[in-house]
Amino acid sequence: MFNVMRAELRKLRRPTLLISTILVVSALTALFTSIVFLRANSGAGNGQRGEIVSPATLSQAMGLVYGFKIVSFFLGITALCVFASQTAQEYTLGTLRNLLVRQPSRMKILAGKYSAMIIFAIALVFIDAVVAIGISFGLASHAKVTTTAWLTSSGIALLGKTFANVMLTTIAFGTFGMILGLLFRSPISAIATGVIWTLILESILGAVVSSTQKWLPGQNFDNIAQGGSDTVSYHWSLALSAGYLIVGFTIVAVLFKRRDVAN
Amino acid sequence: MTTAISVTDLTKVYGERSALSHATFEVPLGTVCGFVGPNGSGKTTTIRMLLGLIQPTGGTGTVLGESIAHPERYLPRVGAMIEGPAFYPALSGAENLKVLASLGGFPQERVGLLLEQVGLGDRGGSKYKTYSLGMKQRLGIAAALLPNPKLLVLDEPTNGLDPSGIQEVRNLIKDLASDGTSVFVSSHLLSELEMIAESLVMLREGKVLFAGRTKDLLAAQTATLIARPEFSVDLNTLAEIATKHGHTAIVEDGAVHISGEADWGAAFNRLAFNAGVTLAALQVTQPTLEETFFEMTGE
Repeated sequence: MFNVMRAELRKLRRPTLLISTILVVSALTALFTSIVFLRANSGAGNGQRGEIVSPATLSQAMGLVYGFKIVSFFLGITALCVFASQTAQEYTLGTLRNLLVRQPSRMKILAGKYSAMIIFAIALVFIDAVVAIGISFGLASHAKVTTTAWLTSSGIALLGKTFANVMLTTIAFGTFGMILGLLFRSPISAIATGVIWTLILESILGAVVSSTQKWLPGQNFDNIAQGGSDTVSYHWSLALSAGYLIVGFTIVAVLFKRRDVAN
Repeated sequence: MTTAISVTDLTKVYGERSALSHATFEVPLGTVCGFVGPNGSGKTTTIRMLLGLIQPTGGTGTVLGESIAHPERYLPRVGAMIEGPAFYPALSGAENLKVLASLGGFPQERVGLLLEQVGLGDRGGSKYKTYSLGMKQRLGIAAALLPNPKLLVLDEPTNGLDPSGIQEVRNLIKDLASDGTSVFVSSHLLSELEMIAESLVMLREGKVLFAGRTKDLLAAQTATLIARPEFSVDLNTLAEIATKHGHTAIVEDGAVHISGEADWGAAFNRLAFNAGVTLAALQVTQPTLEETFFEMTGE
């Protein structure tokens, strides 16, 4: 499995993928965090879904991680695309047969690839955290936000907890992408299905029938990063997401193990 | 263990269609074995089953003495290129090989050596997507050689190669075989296979038509005697002599083409002389592998 992971990391660190992903994540994080701080005194919505986050709120311990966690959904979408494409391209490029000749254990291939992509996802979360925290400190004085509470023990503890939650959200979206990649065996179909479902269909469904929000996978994945919401608890989202992903992953793992590799 | 590959009644059925039907053959250890058949005859399906990529519907087989039900036991000693090269376009040739070397746990140092061996030493750093078809093919062969294989399975290794590239692959296969590597090679270039393959497996429509030594296959084919008389007026006389002695004769391009055993040439010469016909030339030709293939497969 470690050999597969090393091989997959070699593919993941190719400059075109690595640099473009880092740029996208950094740009999104910078944009969202800057909006939060630059518009903190405007009285207009500067947070998630038009929520107003005042300088007083940002001066609390959560001010350090607010910018970091609001980008979690897009970080998740990025992970979904990377996981789906890295998995499905093995079919479209025909490289899966090379992998299986060199490592006949299909479960080891799956586990190795998944581990490498999790490492990649954690690196993305780390970059997100560094950019968001850096910008938060940089713009705090401009937004009349005091940072004293950020560096207290509770602030640091919140940072650790948020990092873990954003990481779980990113991995959950990525796992969803990998499931779609194995199912569709085409990067375009897998990414299109994943993005359309999470970005468009879930938003429409959640808005039209609010009771569905509790059951929608993408919304629950993101709810983990937010630490839960008024309507859906953190633990519910954690359990439901784990349930969805374990069932989904088990099905595609069985398919992957049994399907003939004929392309 | 005397065979590199041995299969018995190997069968693969897709729905109603039989891709391979009760194939039984052996590839002797340390030899080059050609694997021939028209497109869609089941060659790639067979190779995929030998490499554990698809599951047989029926039958059994061994590769390097291990059952094909456990490919993990023999694949570390097998190099393969199946249905042409397949690599990551955004990675260089060297990086692509390093991915496979990492995967198989092979030393990374082999990558440079293999790139040199297949003539890509100076282009190893270029992205795969910039490679010509011939270069891609060479990289595929390099990837197959990564494990320093005891058995090399090559599916159309000369596709896209220029004549000198084809010659290089032929020499490479010969060198590997002389070092004791067994090579199972599928190719449509039958003249190439005739030069290097000691044994052959021939398929048609999923069935094995022939499996054995190449020279036995060719020796079993009917030779052609081409007799050219001194005077063209004697062509019909020669054809009549051949027909009278139970052979098929065709007059074509100023010569009589007679199907028959190669050693009938001397007798025919005598018969022609007795009939007052002087032969300007008498040539005995054995069918080539290509002609034999067309004859047997009906292509």
